Amino acid sequence: MDLSAINPLVLVASLMVAATPILLAAIGELVVEKAGVLNLGVEGMMITGAICGFATAVETGSPLLGFLAAFAGGAALSLVFGVLTQVFLSNQVATGLALTLFGLGLSSLMGQGYTGIKPPPTARIEIPVLADLPVVGRILFQHDWVVYASLLLVAGVWAFLRYTRAGLVLRAVGESHDAAHALGYKVVRIRILAILFGGACAGLGGAYISLVRVPQWTDGMTSGAGWIALAIVVFASWKAPRVLLGAYLFGGVAVLQLNLQAAGIAIPVEYLSMAPYLITILVLVIMSADRSRAALNAPASLGRSFHASS
Amino acid sequence: MTALLTVEGLTKAYPGVVANDDVSFAIAPGEVHALLGENGAGKSTLVKMIYGLVRPDAGRMRLRDTPYTPSEPRAARASGVAMVFQHFSLFDALDVAENIALGMENPPPQRQLARRIREVSEAYGLPLDPDRLVGELSAGERQRVEIIRCLLQDPKLLIMDEPTSVLTPQEVQILFETLRKLAAEGTAILYISHKLEEIRALCDNATILRLGKVVATCDPREKSAAELAEMMVGTKLTPPERESAAPGEVVLDVSGLSMKSANPFGTTLKNVHFRVRAGEVLGIGGVAGNGQDELLAALSGESRVEPDAIRLKGADVGQLGPNARRRLGLLCAPEERLGHAAAPDMSLTENAILTGVIREDLAARGFLRWGAAQGFARRIVERFDVRTPGVGHAARSLSGGNLQKFVIGREVLQRPEVLVVNQPTWGVDASAAAAIRQALLDLASTGTAVICISQDLDELMEISDQFAALNEGRLSAPRPARGLSIEEIGLMMGGAHDMEVADAV
Amino acid sequence: MIRLEKRPEPSRFWTAVTPVLAVLTTMIAGGVLFAMLGKDPLESIRTIFWDPLFNAQFADFARPQLLVKAGPLILIALGLSLGFRAGIWNIGAEGQYIAGAICGAGVALAFYPLDSWIVFPLMVLAGALGGWAWGMIPALLKIRFGTNEILVSLMLVYVAEQFLASMSLGLLRNPEGHGFPGSRNLQEYPAAANTEIIAGTGMHWGVMTAFLAVIAAYVLLNRHILGFHIRLAGQSPRAARFAGVSPPLLVAFCLGTSGALAGLAGLFEVAGPAGQISIDFNVGYGFTAIIVAFLGRLHPVGILLAGLLMALTYIGGELAQFMLGLPAAAIQAFQGMLLFFLLGFDVFSNYRVRRVTSEVA
Repeated sequence: MDLSAINPLVLVASLMVAATPILLAAIGELVVEKAGVLNLGVEGMMITGAICGFATAVETGSPLLGFLAAFAGGAALSLVFGVLTQVFLSNQVATGLALTLFGLGLSSLMGQGYTGIKPPPTARIEIPVLADLPVVGRILFQHDWVVYASLLLVAGVWAFLRYTRAGLVLRAVGESHDAAHALGYKVVRIRILAILFGGACAGLGGAYISLVRVPQWTDGMTSGAGWIALAIVVFASWKAPRVLLGAYLFGGVAVLQLNLQAAGIAIPVEYLSMAPYLITILVLVIMSADRSRAALNAPASLGRSFHASS
Repeated sequence: MTALLTVEGLTKAYPGVVANDDVSFAIAPGEVHALLGENGAGKSTLVKMIYGLVRPDAGRMRLRDTPYTPSEPRAARASGVAMVFQHFSLFDALDVAENIALGMENPPPQRQLARRIREVSEAYGLPLDPDRLVGELSAGERQRVEIIRCLLQDPKLLIMDEPTSVLTPQEVQILFETLRKLAAEGTAILYISHKLEEIRALCDNATILRLGKVVATCDPREKSAAELAEMMVGTKLTPPERESAAPGEVVLDVSGLSMKSANPFGTTLKNVHFRVRAGEVLGIGGVAGNGQDELLAALSGESRVEPDAIRLKGADVGQLGPNARRRLGLLCAPEERLGHAAAPDMSLTENAILTGVIREDLAARGFLRWGAAQGFARRIVERFDVRTPGVGHAARSLSGGNLQKFVIGREVLQRPEVLVVNQPTWGVDASAAAAIRQALLDLASTGTAVICISQDLDELMEISDQFAALNEGRLSAPRPARGLSIEEIGLMMGGAHDMEVADAV
Repeated sequence: MIRLEKRPEPSRFWTAVTPVLAVLTTMIAGGVLFAMLGKDPLESIRTIFWDPLFNAQFADFARPQLLVKAGPLILIALGLSLGFRAGIWNIGAEGQYIAGAICGAGVALAFYPLDSWIVFPLMVLAGALGGWAWGMIPALLKIRFGTNEILVSLMLVYVAEQFLASMSLGLLRNPEGHGFPGSRNLQEYPAAANTEIIAGTGMHWGVMTAFLAVIAAYVLLNRHILGFHIRLAGQSPRAARFAGVSPPLLVAFCLGTSGALAGLAGLFEVAGPAGQISIDFNVGYGFTAIIVAFLGRLHPVGILLAGLLMALTYIGGELAQFMLGLPAAAIQAFQGMLLFFLLGFDVFSNYRVRRVTSEVA
């Protein structure tokens, strides 16, 4: 084993890359859950975004168009969920599971013939001046544009929920759809918009895996990232800045275990690969152990169907 | 005086029921107008149409002599119509200022809004801290949030839906002062209630609804409460009767009962003491949210407490679960019919099993005896005149009154030693309410100790031998109900809470 | 405008009709999907749903396969349906299936080459226990800490898959396997093999167990107070607590039972059709069983029928892959679509569609 092969600088830089897909998916799901909807189909939307983005980028040669296609693909799939749960009032847990199962099948169908191809590279942005700073410059300021976009997105969601009237209305709908309806807010419309946003973010996250992180296409390549994103929303107690913290924490774990594998540590590869999942469970346990606080932060109408009876 | 709002021939039908049938009335500026009727008479549908939540099938409304057709609450608010809801319009996890902003069309920035809230709340004697979470407020304070939300928009017409059900008698007086002040400033108030004395004390005019139709319009101050009641119900109601019997031994002894609520916004029970004797009815009053649900949960066994905090005929039962308590004869009927006392989608037979399985012997070694269960459900339906096509029908298909009769009947027929009921006649029509009260009194006369938790003081005065009140999780010492004055009751319920302070300022 | 209106009570007619309607709609939508892939839609549908059963050329092979594939699906779905009815969402059956297979095979390999009748019963016990234990992890975490069982049970699938890989490369690897990953083939170890009870039918012990489980689940849900409590807890959790149901016990029962059944399914698979522990031993039965459970309306008899139907799509899908070159993934998408349509049509069980002239805001 050669631990000295692990370069902490590279580790932190690759941590940001590893965390970005989960960060994107989780910040989208945060908005969805804040509106009172539990969409368990994140994994399905991510994998769909992954193939939509990959195929488009390969066909057009433009990663930007790829990400746009992933954005649209994730949103389109989430619309199925939105219509089923909000208009047809289906059970959100069951529909979310269906979305994941369907997304895995659909993506694998769409991905026929794309295995083993390399996608066009996504542009890096070296932020002027900052990128030249010693140490920090290399870690923080020499990434591709999606990494920065995801950070901006987190800040944007945070400000939206905290400072805007639309954000307040969204939180109100998630808190009590009956009260929001009584005040005249369009619960179904608001929720479907939130679901679309969540789907689009998950799609972007998926595309980041297939276009940047890996970068190639294999069936089921998101391997649970969507579920980890769901766990991160719980970990973050539905607060945007903590989603960032959670995603980077998991990115760190993922990168560290990969590095340990590469360094040839005495632990078998399989057990190291379990680490992200086991740590997710551990974190969920820690977060839920404090029940009163968890109950206070969760949107009160989360997962409940809304039907205007009057 | 020209009318502010006129309503002509409003009609709204839902499948199987005409909620409003050709309803007409008018309100002038500065008038306090009562909308009187029992549960299901169509009051809510009518005000929802005025507030833009429901669109009428037929009929017209005019506001200040121009056609008024609000397509949504936002449009109604823009026209100067505001509404204080009985339920469902506040958000527990948001703070007071956010809640108020949500009910306004163009709220000012939060900081400015907070200042305005303080100003208005002081001007009208309704103290309120804009930064507090609404979930932590008492029922009375929550209502203040709604009222201030309306007042900030300077309404021309203020609709109040059953506003006093969450207030103590003293708080009611203060609310009436506020309303009179508003009326004097020219605001019209549409006041919905089924409480006759309040309407006689406050309102200038009354429109009385029965089964969706206007049956009378009158000046309530010129009518007696009995006359109003007769117009509202359509028949003369006879108050329940009871045979007085000397109370027996103490059956239920609650001492030093303290319990934290399972709900994050719930009320903690603090050192509750009371005793009930066989054949006695203990009425427990209090404004909603002062520990009623928690007290019921502690008595039913849904929440466990110290073993000796609750003693049933000398045995400690505080640590026992619901079924062990049922076996010993302690039965309960919670407030929420759908989803707590009964499962909405299950049949009446299944709902009979829900609490009857132990005492009615509806299972043998865990295997259900469906025949026996059906028989029990049928007995309840027959004995308590539950209107349903059959016991195979789902609980949610029954009307509120019929389901409540079923729920109470289910417990009464199991011959309890102690029966605890929470809000037994909430949202129930007058004839069903009378039948339920009579059933409770009949049960007491056979030697059962009855505890009736209710927010309806008239009901408690009608049936109780002893009276106590819950206030912020504490229970006042029980006193004989006969001869208690409304002021004494109000003080037991906590008086005017902190609103007195506001008056002194 | 069209508007949904809640029915006074659930419609029995629609509850029974929706699965049929969903299957028919999925066939149409599937046909469109297949046409888009350049296949003849009618021929594809016939190859999937008709040929495995009635085409003389394939039926001899395919008919027994129906039971072989349906067995684990039914067994797992029955367990899941108990939890789904109670509002306890075990979606990690795939992991419990793997755990059962590893434990069962582990017992067999520990006794190898002992030839005794006791080996197989012990394996069955170990398989059930393995699945049960894996299912009890999310149960205990939920009871003790209130942790979300959906996420934990799912995370444990990935853990189980890694564990499976480690086992087939390490501890359970066939010492005579020339270094190839994978355990000994249990089919070649008579005392441990899960053989057909009636030769040529596909009816092995696992299928038998699945049929028995259907009967047991039916009795539990319709005749026993525990089944009543499960249904009650799912519909109205508060009413269930009022009825004296202990939520922790229910969580432990539902997750434990579904884990044990999934574990059994894994054991019967590893000792029978699969034969050995290998890296790609699990093929997604644990997830497909979720569709089976819903398609069967969480009703034991419904699950029996849905399991057979879903098995048919597996076999027909393989046939279509072989005959028409239809990608395997198309069948997976097809199955997912089925669940969508089912959930969508479900609205008619509880709501009525009405045309209204003046709309409610």
